[in-house]
Amino acid sequence: MKHFTLHKQNLKHIPFLMPGLAGVLIFILIPFIDSVRRSFCAAITGEFIGFHNFSIIFENEAFTLAVKNTVLFTVVCLPLLIIISFFISYALCKLKYIRLIKSILLFPLAVPTATLVFVWYILFDDAGYINSVIIGCGGEKISFLHSMAAFWVLTGSYIWKNLGYTVLLWLTGIMNISVSLTDAAKVDGANERQCLFCIILPNLKPTLYTITIISFLNSFKVFREAYLVAGSYPHDSIYLLQHLFNNWFVNMELDKMAAAAVCVFGVVFLAIVLLQRVWDKES
Amino acid sequence: MKKLRTVILYFIFMLISFVTVYPVILVILLSVQDSDELAEMTSSLIQFTGEYVDIHYIPQYPTLSHFIDLLIFTPEFYTVFWNSLLMTGIILVFQLLVAVPSAWAFASFRFKGKKLLFNMYVIFMLMPFQVTMLSQYIVLDKIQLMNTRWSVILPAIFSTFSVFLIYRGFADIPRDIADSARTDGANEWQVLRYIGLPLGKHGILSCLVLSFLDYWNMVEQPLAFINDKSKFPLSLYLPMLDMSNAELMLTSSVITLVPAVFVFITGQDYLEQGIISSSLKE
Repeated sequence: MKHFTLHKQNLKHIPFLMPGLAGVLIFILIPFIDSVRRSFCAAITGEFIGFHNFSIIFENEAFTLAVKNTVLFTVVCLPLLIIISFFISYALCKLKYIRLIKSILLFPLAVPTATLVFVWYILFDDAGYINSVIIGCGGEKISFLHSMAAFWVLTGSYIWKNLGYTVLLWLTGIMNISVSLTDAAKVDGANERQCLFCIILPNLKPTLYTITIISFLNSFKVFREAYLVAGSYPHDSIYLLQHLFNNWFVNMELDKMAAAAVCVFGVVFLAIVLLQRVWDKES
Repeated sequence: MKKLRTVILYFIFMLISFVTVYPVILVILLSVQDSDELAEMTSSLIQFTGEYVDIHYIPQYPTLSHFIDLLIFTPEFYTVFWNSLLMTGIILVFQLLVAVPSAWAFASFRFKGKKLLFNMYVIFMLMPFQVTMLSQYIVLDKIQLMNTRWSVILPAIFSTFSVFLIYRGFADIPRDIADSARTDGANEWQVLRYIGLPLGKHGILSCLVLSFLDYWNMVEQPLAFINDKSKFPLSLYLPMLDMSNAELMLTSSVITLVPAVFVFITGQDYLEQGIISSSLKE
């Protein structure tokens, strides 16, 4: 009898879970496994060719360029965003009237990328407003969209868009550290810097884990800005993996896409597992 | 000394805030300038003659006539706007219908493989679109939905991110409350309806706000799966216009912005909660 109720208990979740799970299986998991299989097969004949597709993409110039740019972008943007947003939140929690500031910082999250395409041109074109200001101040004209500067414009727009998100996460993390902890330290004679480095920062590790992963995920969405402003083939410095996937898709080079998707999956998966390991060890 | 620091900090934040809203204010200001003023500004963008763009922050002859042109004489704009509204609306409704029960299953039942399954949901929630792009295409092509609005809608309905967010709201509900309803004879659907929904409301609403803002701005999916320009959402329509059409571009930019700002302002508390509960660890 006892065994029976236990068994019944075990099936109750099925009607709740099934519709969603079926969709996830049909649209995400099963086809993903299929694309893993495809990555080891020839595109047309479908016969097994081992790692041939992988060796092709790694010799592909566009792929190496896109990987290089995407890695560079991530390595530059993530630390920059995380550090800037931390300083902002640390300063914010010293102030009283922060509600409005928080709202303003979050606002870019609501602004559709397409809305700003026009302003991008006005500001960053070779004959644009920023160049007019630079020249007015006696500087040299900068080609923002057709040189290495494009990389920094993209970095800037990524930080502009995601600053509010990360500031909010940091703020919550800082506010969650109990005041009694920092107060006790202050009574014991700790100065502000000691408080920051010995109490606040060590307690923020879980927050850092979340922020790193979410910002990494969002860093792939800069494709929207890059694509809407500069199209399928932007300047070399901002030709990202996302562009490449898109162009391969347009040309129906599905075998390469499969191999590259498996690689990106592997890297993201490893990064998540690794971060989680580090975090678990620390706590 | 401390006071001075506070003043300086507020001043710095004023600067940061200004930079943050500047581009949006610029779109709105430019959208009420009259055609001549706009043409003067964009002329050097179209053909560079040595003159640089100059922005008039105070419009010489402010006018709303471009908005009237757009809303009355540009039927194609309605098609595109309707596409965006339709796609986002359908996605949100069905996403809730699917994700709420799934989240409830994860939050209130114990079953074999739950942890593994949940971790799988989280992993796919964290994958960029490019990883699942090919997979989605394979399915959409098989069921012949490519180049229809459904090609964008269907995969989005089963987003695992919304399950995760709503799960977070449900997980905060104390177990005792649901258990006492069960001992009083409520079945699981009733527990979800009368306990889960009201108490987990904030998770559901924050999922709605975050999803709306993301799907209203969706670029990757329609770009890959829709060829037919008459099925494009706003986010792909705007960049198709060119500089000589500045009035149309600016006014449709502003109109695109309106629903997003509306949702942002009314749902700001839920947006903040949603962001906070997207934390992977407590």
